[in-house]
Amino acid sequence: MPNRVAIVGIGQTYHRGKRPDVTFGEMVNEAVTAALADADLSFKQIEAVFTANMETFEGIFRPDHVMAAELGVFGKPGFKVATGGTSGGSVVVEGFYMVAAGLFDLVMVVGFEKQDCGETTAAITAAMVPTWGKGSTTGAIGEFAKQALSYMQTTGATEEHAAMVRLKADRGACRNPYAHLKLGLKSVDEILKSPYLVWPLRLLDFCPQSCGACALILASEARAKKITRKPVWIADVEVVHQEPFRAGTFGDPTGEEIYAQDVACERLYKRNGITNVRKQIDMAELYEPSNWEEMCLYEHFHICEKNEGWKLVERGVTEIEGEFPVNPSGGVIATNPIGATPVIRVAEAALQIRGDAGEHQVTRDVKTALASALGGPNWTVLVLLKRSL
Amino acid sequence: MAGRVGIVAVGQTKYQPNRADVSEEELAWEAIKPALESVGLTLSDVSSSVTCSEDFWDGRTISSMNVQRVVGAHLSHEDKVCEDGINAVYAGMAHILSGYHDIVLVVAHMKESQAEKSVIENAAFDPILLRQLGLDFTIAAALQAKRYMYKYGVTAEQCAKVVVRDYANAKRNPFAQQAKDFTVEDVLGSRMLVSPLRLLDTKPVSDGACALILAREDKAKKLTPKPVWILGVSSCYETHYLGDRDLAECDALIKAAKKAYKMAGIKNPLRQIDLAEITAEYSYQELLWMEGLGFCGRGEGGKLIDSGITRMGGKLPVNPSGGVLPGNPNGVAGLARVAEAVLQLRGEAGERQVKGARIALAHGATGICGQHHCVMILGSE
Repeated sequence: MPNRVAIVGIGQTYHRGKRPDVTFGEMVNEAVTAALADADLSFKQIEAVFTANMETFEGIFRPDHVMAAELGVFGKPGFKVATGGTSGGSVVVEGFYMVAAGLFDLVMVVGFEKQDCGETTAAITAAMVPTWGKGSTTGAIGEFAKQALSYMQTTGATEEHAAMVRLKADRGACRNPYAHLKLGLKSVDEILKSPYLVWPLRLLDFCPQSCGACALILASEARAKKITRKPVWIADVEVVHQEPFRAGTFGDPTGEEIYAQDVACERLYKRNGITNVRKQIDMAELYEPSNWEEMCLYEHFHICEKNEGWKLVERGVTEIEGEFPVNPSGGVIATNPIGATPVIRVAEAALQIRGDAGEHQVTRDVKTALASALGGPNWTVLVLLKRSL
Repeated sequence: MAGRVGIVAVGQTKYQPNRADVSEEELAWEAIKPALESVGLTLSDVSSSVTCSEDFWDGRTISSMNVQRVVGAHLSHEDKVCEDGINAVYAGMAHILSGYHDIVLVVAHMKESQAEKSVIENAAFDPILLRQLGLDFTIAAALQAKRYMYKYGVTAEQCAKVVVRDYANAKRNPFAQQAKDFTVEDVLGSRMLVSPLRLLDTKPVSDGACALILAREDKAKKLTPKPVWILGVSSCYETHYLGDRDLAECDALIKAAKKAYKMAGIKNPLRQIDLAEITAEYSYQELLWMEGLGFCGRGEGGKLIDSGITRMGGKLPVNPSGGVLPGNPNGVAGLARVAEAVLQLRGEAGERQVKGARIALAHGATGICGQHHCVMILGSE
């Protein structure tokens, strides 16, 4: 029987496209100190720090070493994980395991990215197979364009549906003080006028490159109850990777591809007796680099039937006031500091459970929430959070 | 903590200067395959895997994509930690003790031959204040060597003795990259790289991979009659800026060792530990790290090597494998220390076997002048 683990501190930076006012370390430190302040703890009390960052995005080799002081890891155990877009999810899972294992009682996990220091699309292109892949890719955009096209053709969804998802995200972002893009979009037409990046993916259909960091403090049950009256329990986690870049990894018109998301949620739901997602889970913060991906994820995570993701959008089910709110924070399409992004998903879901999400608090009372991470060739990390176990 | 974590299998490649004949995936598989076969497991038995590689060295963002297929990660759980494979063992241990996993594959791979060491290492320095100085790890290590030798009067001869012993031990290790009967004079006569470090004070370019299989206590006992238990582990970071540190000291290692010893019930390391495998990428570092590990007093690393107790047959044989100096890739080096400790504790170290070894220490160090240390205590009982 593993030890129970709770989130007792949450901190994030204001996410921006550029942060010329701070060094990378200073920016990371903003999230670290915010999490400590949230938990009313000091650096000294944290036993270990685990970090997530994609080094090639900034060109800093071993940033956890460079920022040892700002991360508060100086003099403490820890290591860095790097699994692409899922890095922040991987680090939440590794930190969770450390406490569940009884190796530590109080740890911090920190995800961070400062994309104004580097060129992310070039670095993502370098993720392809060196011998033949690098010459035939355009970073993430091409994959998500393929997915958008495939989704349209398979399900009957239209560009208008994608635009409605984008509108929903912007409404959330505008209510979230930490969000990066707050565009104040008024209509679907505005989005449909935005230029294409790679057809049918438009500029407004895709996430920005953000600078930001997010830190969580995880505690064992005994410590958690002393630190806060509102612990958020990590009820379960699931990690599913797959072979790199199979042909149908993003968008498979044949319908034959097995998706890591389906495998991950089926395992998680089975262990937790979840048979009706929208009844048994109250909201989700999903890693959707594009609005099209969000509709795909509704289906993969069984929030609706196959090919019906766009119908949820039509019915407003996933709006802040809806029956099953998704990404009230504005999501990844508004804010994407990659190493931090999955940590933000967990943080935002936890804030919803605490009732501390402020203006973007959802209408529905949130007792159980799901956070997801997406990375590399559609790798998936899921974290299930609960108000009480 | 619920139960113990056992290491049930070990696999490694021969460490070589250039493995242009294989991809990273093929290289990793050379280490993984014998580990799996030795306990009759297949990749489908692996519950999760923890890999270690560096995107900078692999020249590939998300470098663990290089090995997904050979670690059983397709539709399964893989996580990649950075810096050294010994961190992956630490993570893998938590995977099991958390109750989530029962069999964990740990693997580190590295082909140093395909990248330029000084360019990558320079990118590890603070980009605003330090990078422009043109430092790499060897230049920084030379500063540390000078400071250490000056502060405590450790001599170049004493550092050279580490090299002589490691290369001699390597003769009996079939995985070793190089082995030779050197004399102290040979070391002191080798080409000067960065004063006071000479060619033989540093490790050569090396390619290779190492794999371990960890198992929950009940599974470990079923898989092998000779599981090796992780009795204690901890790690610790130093601060980054060299000017903020006294480079003759190793506070992070002292902290990591203290915690690992406490967990393993080690009160007198010199008496209780039967052998040590130390990650020293530079000769002087072994002497300094031995101090940090409490095998001798502060500043007494030189005297320790003079005393001869770290030789094979001595009271505390150090690096029966030959250690890192004859050639181990960074990132794999610490994991290879764990692998050797396991072989020794199983009595399977062949000609280099330390007789009656029951408790072993494996140490990993990464970063500038040893900015991160991991200490692991392993036992056969």
